[in-house]
Amino acid sequence: MKLAFERSVPGRRGCRIPQTAAPQAKLDDALLRKAPPRLPELSEIDVSRHYSELERQVYGVNDGFYPLGSCTMKYNPAVNEQAASLEGFREVHPLQPAETAQGAIEALVRTKELLCSLVGMDEMTFAPAAGAHGEFLGLLLVKACLRSRGESGRTKIIVPDSAHGTNPATASMAGFTVVNIPSAPDGTVDLAALRAAVGPDTAGLMLTNPNTLGIFDKNILEITKIVHDAGGLCYYDGANMNAIMGAARPGDMGFDAVHLNLHKTFSTPHGGGGPGAGAVGCKAFLSEFLPNRLPVRKPDGSFGFADPAASVGSMKAFYGNFLVVIRALCYLTMLGGDGLKEASENAVLNANYLRVLLERELPAANEGFCMHEFVVSLDALKKETGVSAMDVAKSLIDGGMHPPTMYFPLIVHEALMFEPTETEGKETLDAAADAVLGILARAKADPGALHLAPATTPIGRPDEVGAARNPILRYEFTEEAK
Amino acid sequence: MGNFLPSTEEQRRDMLQKIGVSSAAELYREIPADLRKKAADATGNMPKGVSEFEALAQLRELSGKNRVFDAIFRGAGAYWHHIPAVVSRVAAKEAFVTAYTPYQPEISQGILQTIFEYQTILCELTGMDAGNASVYDGATAAAEAAAMCRERNRKVTLLAGGLNPDSAETVKTYCFGANEPYAMVPNQGGRLDLAALKSALDDGVACLILQSPNYYGVIEDVPAIAGIVHAAGAKLVLSMNPIAMALLRSPGESGADVAIGDGQPLGIPLGFGGPYLGFMACKKEMVRKLPGRIVGQTADAQGRRCFVLTLQAREQHIRREKASSNICSNQALCALTAAAYCSAMGPQGMQEVARACYDNAHCLADRLGEIAGFGLLYPKAAFFHEFVTKCPVPAERVSKALEEKGILGGLPVEGGILWCATERNTISQIDALIDTVKAVIA
Repeated sequence: MKLAFERSVPGRRGCRIPQTAAPQAKLDDALLRKAPPRLPELSEIDVSRHYSELERQVYGVNDGFYPLGSCTMKYNPAVNEQAASLEGFREVHPLQPAETAQGAIEALVRTKELLCSLVGMDEMTFAPAAGAHGEFLGLLLVKACLRSRGESGRTKIIVPDSAHGTNPATASMAGFTVVNIPSAPDGTVDLAALRAAVGPDTAGLMLTNPNTLGIFDKNILEITKIVHDAGGLCYYDGANMNAIMGAARPGDMGFDAVHLNLHKTFSTPHGGGGPGAGAVGCKAFLSEFLPNRLPVRKPDGSFGFADPAASVGSMKAFYGNFLVVIRALCYLTMLGGDGLKEASENAVLNANYLRVLLERELPAANEGFCMHEFVVSLDALKKETGVSAMDVAKSLIDGGMHPPTMYFPLIVHEALMFEPTETEGKETLDAAADAVLGILARAKADPGALHLAPATTPIGRPDEVGAARNPILRYEFTEEAK
Repeated sequence: MGNFLPSTEEQRRDMLQKIGVSSAAELYREIPADLRKKAADATGNMPKGVSEFEALAQLRELSGKNRVFDAIFRGAGAYWHHIPAVVSRVAAKEAFVTAYTPYQPEISQGILQTIFEYQTILCELTGMDAGNASVYDGATAAAEAAAMCRERNRKVTLLAGGLNPDSAETVKTYCFGANEPYAMVPNQGGRLDLAALKSALDDGVACLILQSPNYYGVIEDVPAIAGIVHAAGAKLVLSMNPIAMALLRSPGESGADVAIGDGQPLGIPLGFGGPYLGFMACKKEMVRKLPGRIVGQTADAQGRRCFVLTLQAREQHIRREKASSNICSNQALCALTAAAYCSAMGPQGMQEVARACYDNAHCLADRLGEIAGFGLLYPKAAFFHEFVTKCPVPAERVSKALEEKGILGGLPVEGGILWCATERNTISQIDALIDTVKAVIA
């Protein structure tokens, strides 16, 4: 379809603003840009139709099943959006006096208190804008704490090879060296490898539990004890929290700090890549290092921001992605403690049901029950038919659903990772299983067809190698176009 | 109460039976019992769920405790602009709101194309060659830019005295993480002290992060600063308000190597500080050092133009600990909003908004200047839509008096008050402000 620049008609106008009654002020020509930016010139109806056409080429959660593993694509309740668009939240300036923003700060404090109970932490900040940003803060807390103990020689962060890619990238950003340890065959932490890895240079461990294979690591208390005994701290990557609300708390597992992806577990939308919000909770001994402007309930019952004594500083401007936190608070309020527990139980139920439906043709990479997601390997199918995980994923698009996560975790060959979430009904899971099984049958009968999938979309598979080799990262204006 | 679980009890029983268990609790058998008990006790002690109706009422009550001002003359990193209705409607479209990162391009062309358009608009505004799909906000854009400019032998980040304090603090926090050095270059008369800059530059300096118009509203002499920085072999990162870019010399025209800033003024509500939009654009030579997602144009097997996430070899899911940044989730919907804003305003509309900001702010400064003691703190410096005046009484008193009239006044800062005016500030609002300030000091 056309780009906005290709719809542009010279001289056409969209929004108009009234001319100001202020006198025209003197403006030195030397300060001006040479030519106006070449922005699209469109009327309002052009803009409206342009984005309507674009929206039709996007598959969202509201378009159908979206079992994208590790991403928790649950339904985003409509009322969340209404809450976030209340004028009293949307039109509040971040630097207006705290006494004129009491409701906003109270909302942050209320959300913090609910989430701290849920994950077993003592204090929480909403400063991080996303999960990766939360991980970064988590490791800064570890770093600041070790420094305050005079243990700057602890420079190594242990990361299992099944971890999300953000974990090692975060450890680097926080100035640590990464020690990758191999997982046991079921993706759980290899205790012997962990014991061998810890030592006087250990700063900490980053772990998600359930892990990226969807397995709850039953040795978790032993794992955190090994790290603590060696003098390190334990960081919980909360990306998989949707499996265990009301079933296990990171704080009770022995973790010292945790981030939560509000855009996964707490139903705020993903927005085509963001904005999310990465709340970071910690045990009391780390709270003095939290970022500035911590939302607090004051002794007199009012609300304000406080700067922790040994703060690591600022993670970003202001107080985090506030309107995202409002959506999460709306969700937390509707579900309540029991509802959150029920949500996780049903996420696990749905994942196991789908796993069992596929089991005969496509057994999960691990035996036993999974948590909220599971991984299958198409290695055997690929060897037999030449049909890859990618081919199956693309064929599922023609089957009317969003594909699962492909080629992750890295420790499973030809991996597909399914996370159905709790907000899907039984018949959706039945239909998805039928679609997957149908594709597997076709893979054996007519493998060539699958290489060409998807066939029902506006475009076929793009040339990604060409895109990286000769990057075209912006529209190039031609002579005729202005 | 609201739980968003579609399966009926009967369906759940069927599912459990198919799995071969009698309750969902059995699926948790790997979790140690004492962990389960503590967690269940915790959720049991949390408030019970309520209906959508009641939840919305609770949130409405909270929102009612916040003051929504009739007029805002405060900026300092968050700006009160008109948001065209069509922009808000576009940004609320369900598929845009609920989709994930466009990892499956065949069903994500709509999002990929909006980001490609956003990148193009960003290049046009900044005068740069390429931009990324966004980072969290202007402050983290500054921190990411510092990381982008570091080289083997050039590690030091210089921070201009006029950089927004939140941006400066964020860069320092990131430097603490990376174990990398930084130094401040002070201001002189509201703008960067060029002599201090020259003495701070040596062959260990990677970049200067400069803001213009700076935190105090002053337009810096960017071309001169670029010349000094480049002569020392360092790079210039320029943070700039995107509305100002429509009118004033762009970062590219001024000699910057990297342009950054916060895109909030482009159609994104104040929202008590977020979510906003961090933008980053750079010259060709530095494209492969840009962090975050980037969309590129390509074609499918039939030669149809299409868009994909590209240059992913820079990113964490491929490079893990060697990645240029750990960023994955960004502010995509805010980038889409900014692109829709710029498309709805067009070049003429954007320039009119910028010009109205300029004229209104200068009108406000002139009128304040007529009141004894409210002269400009930096009378010789050119400014865009923010400026600092002196204040002969405690700034709090001015703020309080304005609040009583429904006006959020300028931000009290060292030396006076930092004011801002945008296209939304009408002459009658300015009149009301001036009358109130006069009454305070009378």
